[in-house]
Order: sequence, then structure tokens, then C-alpha cells
Amino acid sequence: MLDFLKSPIAAIQEFFELAWQAVRNIGRKPHYLDDILIQMDSIGVGSIPIVLLTGFFSGAVMALQMGRALAQYGQTGQTGKVVSIILVRELGPVLTSVMVAGRNSSGIASELGSMKVTEQIDAMRALGTDPLKKLVTPRLVATAIMLPCLTVIDDFVGMVGGWVIAKLVYGLPSLQYWTFTWRALEWNDVGQGLLKPFLYAFAVSLVGCYYGLKASGGTQGVGRATTQAVVAASVIIFVLNLFIGKIFVSQSAS
Amino acid sequence: MPSLLRFENVCVTFEGTVKALDRMSFDVQQGQTRVLLGAAGSGKSVLLKVAMGLVRPTSGRVFVFDQDITNMPEKQLFDVRSRIGMLFQESALFDSMTVAQNVAYPLLNQKAISIKREEMEPAVRNSLRFVELEHTLERYPSELSGGMRRRVAIARAIVTKPQLLYYDSPTAGLDPITAHTIMALLIKERDADKSTSLIVTHRYQDGNLIANFRYNPETGRLEPAGPEGTSTVYMVLKDGKLVFEGSQEELELTTDSYIDKFVRRPEPAEQGGREE
Ligand SMILES: Nc1ncnc2c1ncn2[C@@H]1O[C@H](COP(=O)(O)OP(=O)(O)O)[C@@H](O)[C@H]1O
Ligand SMILES: [Mg+2]
Repeated sequence: MLDFLKSPIAAIQEFFELAWQAVRNIGRKPHYLDDILIQMDSIGVGSIPIVLLTGFFSGAVMALQMGRALAQYGQTGQTGKVVSIILVRELGPVLTSVMVAGRNSSGIASELGSMKVTEQIDAMRALGTDPLKKLVTPRLVATAIMLPCLTVIDDFVGMVGGWVIAKLVYGLPSLQYWTFTWRALEWNDVGQGLLKPFLYAFAVSLVGCYYGLKASGGTQGVGRATTQAVVAASVIIFVLNLFIGKIFVSQSAS
Repeated sequence: MPSLLRFENVCVTFEGTVKALDRMSFDVQQGQTRVLLGAAGSGKSVLLKVAMGLVRPTSGRVFVFDQDITNMPEKQLFDVRSRIGMLFQESALFDSMTVAQNVAYPLLNQKAISIKREEMEPAVRNSLRFVELEHTLERYPSELSGGMRRRVAIARAIVTKPQLLYYDSPTAGLDPITAHTIMALLIKERDADKSTSLIVTHRYQDGNLIANFRYNPETGRLEPAGPEGTSTVYMVLKDGKLVFEGSQEELELTTDSYIDKFVRRPEPAEQGGREE
């Protein structure tokens, strides 16, 4: 009767097995530092343009909408505060992670997937390397380091976007905007804003690796793995975001 | 002669339904060359992967160098694998690395192999010279032709001087001239290092070359092996089952229609055809 649940449950089990192995390998030799650096460059540095663009425009549009909404209460001056809280707590982490998922979960899945279907993964094992150590762990470590950094960049650029709108559209003084922006943030917000991308990094990297390593059936299989990875990683990010948001909200309420 | 590879009733089932290998038993002795014939999907690649410890049998036992690798932990398997060379069906060169890095990969990564830094480059060069591709050191696999990629992959498989070699379809998809060059390399390797090998092919003439020719280092050409011959054993696979094991004479005498398909000498016009 519950047969239809068998394969998703097996998949989740496999995923956690992969995650556990990847995390355990962090403390184990050999460490492929070169691979970590290459991945940090490709995942981190490579994602900067997209993060700058999406960050700026999302901050700007938020200031635009918030400014108008706040004007009804005569509180346009608070725009900086609202923009910064939403950016740092929610929008920055989620938007950055989803962007990086679109760019890198798919990239990882297609790279590992092509390696899988062309037997390069088997060749690695035949030639003395553990693909989990050589391919998965470096991608996990690189993403876990770079995603929080990218989020900080995204948050900042978003505030700049908000400032441009606040100044040009609502004529707020710059000092007022930045003072509100800065004062609005509490340690709790910053902690939340950094913890989130760190956790989402697991989804972004490991989901990509999981689908890549599972790919089968030639180039078509690689295409399928790529799409599935982006969809799964993005959904996981949104679901996790609600749960983490709930934890932080109930914590600060008490 | 000691046994290098032994299968005892090995079965491999994928996803509970696909029987890739079915109660397979055989024993490869040192110095033997095994020619594996069989239709596409008959389990040849899976057989080599099981023999390499890359795929675990669903049941039965596998022994390599008289060690039981059936349930051996992955960590220990790396030591066993470091003594085996393997050519994968699609070459499986690492796209992101140069030819030289590809060939150096097993030397750098096999823990059981310790090689001094200054010996690394000569070893890589030697191995590439063996396959006559010394000039491609800094090129990337994507810049090479299919036949050249195959040869680089052979160089990578033999750079560690393994005692046991598995070649998965070394001539598949190649033109007859390139295919002959590759077979000549395998014969040269066998005769130079006295290695034991399993060669998957579906071209009967490949088996014929391996079984009846030897490499003459003076002329650099193949010549008939003479009356003592070579110790070549043929194996024919059908739907995961071993349906024939024996010498070339026995193979040619067979009346089975499936086996006979591999024996019939192809007409000259067919020779250039792609396989698979
Ligand atoms: N990883 C795998 N997952 C599922 N089925 C597989 C896998 N590898 C091989 N098979 C199946 O096992 C059978 C034998 O495959 P293979 O050994 O590749 O054949 P060939 O003799 O052409 O090399 C085929 O039916 C193939 O579909
Ligand atoms: Mg095959």
C-alpha cells in the first residue's frame, strides 16, 4: 500500500548517507585543498556578478514599495530600517542561496553527472581516489564558506539599492537612511542572516552532488539530473527558511 | 601457475530485476590472456567492474591475487586496485586535466604506490612513449581523436606497471587501422611485461591477433607466435551467463548459433563498420 513511498524514502536515506560521508571526510585525509580553492573560485567569485545585480535590484524595489507603504503612516523615514531587516533576515539569505542554487547546484550536477555517465567516477575509484573526498567534500566546504560571504555582499548591495531609491524617489537624507539601516540590526538578525546561508550551502552543494552522482542514461540523464537538482535545492531552501524563521521568531518573542 | 582472478558463482542484479551477471565462475591464471566476447548488454563491462571491485556482487565470491574482495572495505580495495590497470569502455579520461596529468593521476593518488617526485615525469613520458603519444603531454583529452584518447587511457592504465590488466572494448568504434594499432599495443604490453589480461571485444579478429601473434621488439611489428603460441582463453557471454570457455580451436568447432556469430570471419566490407 505504501509502496509509492519506498523510492522517495530510499532517496532521502541515500542523500543523508552522502551528506554524512561528506561531512565526516572534512576531518579525514587526504584533504584536497586545491579542489576546495578551485570550487571557492567557481562557486564564490563566479557568483559575484549575479549576486550584485539581484541584490541591488531587490533592495531597490523593496525600498520603493516600503517607502510608499510607510508613507501612509507618515513614516517614510523608516524605509532604511525595514529594508535592512528584511534583507538581512530573509531576502538576502534566500535570494542569494536560490541564485547560487540555480547557478551551482545545476553546475555541480551536470559536471558530476557527465563524469558519472562517462565512467570518470569509476575511473577515479580505480585510480586510487574516493570521489566523495575528491569531488563532494571540496564542493561542500567551498559552498559553506562562500555562501555566507555572498550573502553579506548581497545584503550590502541591497541596502545600497534601497538608498538610491530612498534618495532619488523619496528624497530622504543619506545620513538618515544609513543610520536607520545600521541601528535596525541586532546580533540576532546578523546571526540568523549568516546561519541561514551556511545551512543552505548544504542543500546547494549536496543536492547537486547527489543528483550528479546518481545520473544514468547518457547525456539525457545528465540533463535530467541538472534540472532535478535546481528544483530540489530551491524547494529545500524555501522549506528550511520557514523552519529556521520560526525558530528565531519564537526565540526572540520569549 | 597462481590464480590472479577467480569468480565463484558470481551474480550481479541491478535494481532487483536486471540480471547483469548470472552464476559466473572462472579462474584466470597468471600469464593468461582472456578474450571476452559477447553481444552488447551481455555483461562484459559489469564483469570487469566486479573484477576491479567497483561493483559488488549480489551473491557469490570474487578473489583477486587470492584475496577475497567480495566484502572488502573500500579502503582496502584501493590497495588491490592499485595493482590492476583498467581501460574503460569510453576511455574515461578526466576532461579537466591534461594528458600528462591524466597519466600521472594513478602515480599521484594510489597510496600503495610510492614514487619519487623526480621519477614521476620520466614514468609518465615512458608510458606515453609506449603508446606513441609523447607529443601530446600538454593537450587536453577533448582535443584528441577517439583512437588517441584510447591510447592515452592505455598509457594511464599501464603507467603503474600492473600485473593484471582489464581492457574494456579497446577497439570499439575505431576504424580498422586504428583498431589494429591498439591491438598491437596490447600485444606489445603483454609481451614486454608478461602481464595477465582480460580483453573485452566483439571483433573476432582482435582475439585472433592476441591469440596467434607476438610483438617483435627488433622490427617493431607483429609476427606469428609460432607453434608454442600464447596462452589465450576465450570466454563468450550471453545475457550475463558464461556460455563458452576454451581455446580458439574449440571456439571454432562450436555449433552453437550465438557463439558462432562471433567466430564467423567478417567480410572485408564489414570491417570498417562501427560497433555498438
Ligand atoms: N549501473 C547499472 N545500473 C543498472 N543496470 C546496469 C548498470 N550497469 C549495467 N547495467 C545493465 O547490465 C547489463 C550488462 O551491461 P554491460 O556489462 O554494460 O554490457 P556490455 O556487455 O555491453 O558491456 C545491461 O543490461 C545493462 O543495462
Ligand atoms: Mg560494455
